[in-house]
Amino acid sequence: MDANLIVFLIMAVVAVGSALGMLLNRNAVYSALFLILNFATVAVFYIILGAPFIAMTQVTVYAGAIMVLFLFVIMLLGAEELAGGRVSIDWQKPAAVVLGLLLFAELFVVIFFRETVFSEFGETAIIGTPREIGLTLFNDYLLPFEITAFLLLAAMIGAIVIARRVRHKPNKQES
Amino acid sequence: MVPIEYYVGLSAVLFTIGALGVLTRRNAIIIFMSIELMLNSANLLFIAFARMYENLGGQIFVFFVMTVAAAEVAVGLALIVAVFRTKETINIDEASTLKG
Amino acid sequence: MLLSETTTTGFLELVPWIVFFPAIGLLLNIIFGRRWGELGVAITAVSASALSLAVSVLQFITLRAGHGEALTYQFAEWLRIGSFQIPWEFRVDTLSVTMMLVVSGVGTLIHLYAVGYMHFDVRYKGDPKAYARFFIYMNLFIAMMMILVSGNSYLMLFVGWEGVGLCSFLLIGFWFTKNPNGTEGTENSYAAKKAFIANRVGDFGFLMAMFLTFWHFGTLSFSEIFPEVAHYSGPDSLIWWITGLMLLGVTGKSAQIPLYVWLPDAMAGPTPVSALIHAATMVTAGVYLIARSAPVFNAVEGAHLMVALVGAATALFAATIAVGQFDIKKVLAYSTVSQLGFMVAAVGMGAYVAGMFHLVTHAFFKALLFLASGSVILAVERGHHPLEETGDAPTGGAHGHDSHHDDHSEIFDPQDMRNMGGLRKKIPWTFWTYMAGTLALAGIVPFAGFWSKDEILLDASHFELTSVVYWLLVIAAAFTAFYMGRQVWMVFFGEPRHHAAKEAKESPWTILVPLVILALLATFGGFMNWPFEQGLEPHAFGHWLGYTLEASTGHELHIPEFSFSVAIQSTLIAVAAIVLSWFIYGRKPMKAGETDPLQKALGPVFKGMNAKWWVDEFYQAVFLTPYEKLAKFLSQTVDWNFWHDWFHEKGIRDNFQRLANFLANPIDLGVIDKISTLLARGAQNSGSLLSKLQTGFVRNYALAVFTGVVVILGYLILLR
Repeated sequence: MDANLIVFLIMAVVAVGSALGMLLNRNAVYSALFLILNFATVAVFYIILGAPFIAMTQVTVYAGAIMVLFLFVIMLLGAEELAGGRVSIDWQKPAAVVLGLLLFAELFVVIFFRETVFSEFGETAIIGTPREIGLTLFNDYLLPFEITAFLLLAAMIGAIVIARRVRHKPNKQES
Repeated sequence: MVPIEYYVGLSAVLFTIGALGVLTRRNAIIIFMSIELMLNSANLLFIAFARMYENLGGQIFVFFVMTVAAAEVAVGLALIVAVFRTKETINIDEASTLKG
Repeated sequence: MLLSETTTTGFLELVPWIVFFPAIGLLLNIIFGRRWGELGVAITAVSASALSLAVSVLQFITLRAGHGEALTYQFAEWLRIGSFQIPWEFRVDTLSVTMMLVVSGVGTLIHLYAVGYMHFDVRYKGDPKAYARFFIYMNLFIAMMMILVSGNSYLMLFVGWEGVGLCSFLLIGFWFTKNPNGTEGTENSYAAKKAFIANRVGDFGFLMAMFLTFWHFGTLSFSEIFPEVAHYSGPDSLIWWITGLMLLGVTGKSAQIPLYVWLPDAMAGPTPVSALIHAATMVTAGVYLIARSAPVFNAVEGAHLMVALVGAATALFAATIAVGQFDIKKVLAYSTVSQLGFMVAAVGMGAYVAGMFHLVTHAFFKALLFLASGSVILAVERGHHPLEETGDAPTGGAHGHDSHHDDHSEIFDPQDMRNMGGLRKKIPWTFWTYMAGTLALAGIVPFAGFWSKDEILLDASHFELTSVVYWLLVIAAAFTAFYMGRQVWMVFFGEPRHHAAKEAKESPWTILVPLVILALLATFGGFMNWPFEQGLEPHAFGHWLGYTLEASTGHELHIPEFSFSVAIQSTLIAVAAIVLSWFIYGRKPMKAGETDPLQKALGPVFKGMNAKWWVDEFYQAVFLTPYEKLAKFLSQTVDWNFWHDWFHEKGIRDNFQRLANFLANPIDLGVIDKISTLLARGAQNSGSLLSKLQTGFVRNYALAVFTGVVVILGYLILLR
């Protein structure tokens, strides 16, 4: 039992717990906050796994931008609580739970009863410092980077168009 | 270091929870957040294997996934807002006009 | 002179004109006949016949110059099938020239006679426009008969054979809307049909004979067959069949037993037709055929016997019927059958010269008798109701009327001898010419008939195979003389038995001139075959024919010595018969309305004679009625009821409809429709079933996706 394992276990429990919290909570704001916690723990994992830049990006973009966006929308729509929920599909939840368990079982089988053997983690690794990330990104993965820029542009335009308040023009009618 | 199986297992758990969220919750925002959780679990797996094979490509990919996730969230939330304007609700069970 | 300087083929190239002059004549009459009127038609027709006679005479001259050697002249190619060839070839030898002269000579005289006779006849029958049609048919007949006698092959002969059969049909049924006694009806056309059909049966025999001939000899040409037959070495049965079948054809055309029944009915035609076709020319075609086929008949002994017996039996049989007839033309008709029997018997026995000689003399006196009887009938008819347009003044009495208001309340038969009597004073020219013909027919010396009939009897007495033929012919000759005497006493002597006979008028010159010419021929014609060494050229006719007969048969002609015993025997029998007839009919002439004395004497025998021995009724019962019944059965029961009604309508049509209905309703509607309906419903049901999957809930869709992931993952795991 070394320190790696203890840290891992503690972070894992927090991650899973926050995920469950997000899942089970009735209030949407609380779910968002739990998700932010989850993102934070995953960022810690990133640091353990030698990806500091990505960890910072995770905290900044995910937890900082995306989740804030979520919270904005929740506030905007007043969607903390669902108004009057009539459960339309009775069999959805049990089926989902069953399938979820099935999936977990399959994944378990895949992970622990496989033939291929993963190698060990190496002692020293190329850490994902910004410099390293930058070198790889702008040399090997330049095209995807540029395309992503377009993607963001499209998404921006799309979001603005969809969410725009449409003004109703008076109907042109024959007199 | 912790053996990689632990990271894979963690990722699997997070993914399952996210899937359950998508399937079970009726609040559209919560469903969105569950999708983000699933994406996150995949990111974790990418970083883990990038560490194992000492290939930065994994991390770069996570970078892109995040970008795409951001774009998707933007558009998705815009959609929810637009739908909310007409339906006054974000209960996705109300959006069943494609029935039949 | 000039004749001897001509080459042997002097006028040979002109020979096709014997056919073409009459053909052109008939074509001109067809096209222009109506327009030219009676005179034009008459001139065309008579000149056509006369020109044909002229060409025949030229052929005669040619042959005389060439000493009777046979000549052939190919006019055109006709049939050519592989190596089988039948050209249109004319044969000019003594036998055919004899026939040509008889046909065209007697034919021309009869054409001249018909000019006057038909002038009256078309007015009595009420159809003056038919004049042209008559002469068209007559010229056609001359053309066809010429083809018959001048052909150089059996097939050419057959073309003419059929052609004269057709003309006979057309001319017998010339007044096809009337009955023989002048009333409206179908009896004339029935008689024409009977002639044609009876001839057809004979033609069948002739055709079969031709087929057999061709089959064995490979050719139908006279020039090729006769030399081969002369040294024939094949089976006898073949010749039996050929001659037997040919004999069948002869019995049809020349009116022998059993196919003679058409000839008496053929008297329904106008008198010139009876004279030309049924006395002088067409009916002699059979005799000509046998004479021409002499080598074939000589090949087998029995053939002679067969033919001779048929001829002799017919001669006697017909003579007995003639005794009991009251119609003047019927007597002559049966007389013709009887005389044809004489001829057939003669050529059957092998006495070809005698047979042909009798053919020629018979043509003279029988044509004369028919034409004269036509004159008698005309006289009586004009006495019955005179025609104004001919200048006949209506005589006194209640029955004087003109042709426009015919009072037919009484059916008057101008041909019935019981209506005649005492005509010798009224129509003297006709009477004397009739007498010439009668004496010739009866065989009284020195008339023509005596010489020819006597020669036949002479040959019959020498016939080795049997003497039955001789005795049959002798008895027939006796009957001949008897019935001719009866006829003369009944018609010309005694008192007129009807007002029509009282008013009888002599015929015009166009009718009398041919009668006189023929009477002269009938009187002096016999001298052409003078049987004695002294006096006229002996056996001129015999030698003349001998050229051909010797060439074809290969052996010399045997001319029997004149036998006084036979001659005296036959003359005495004839005279005795005439005297007997005088006793019965001449001494106490019949009065009007009286029954025939012979009827009183013989009773049922006379009835049989009068009823033609019921042969027609026999044929009707045995052949015609069953045939009609069979035809009706086949047409009504088999064809209509069975084939049409049952088989087609019920069988095919109804069952087809049932099948169609079955296919339409149970199968098409029931099965196929159900299948398609089932498919549609199935699609509908599955559609509505599957549409339940589309719940509209996004969560369900997500569940579906998730289920898919789980399943695939499970599958991959399990596969490992």
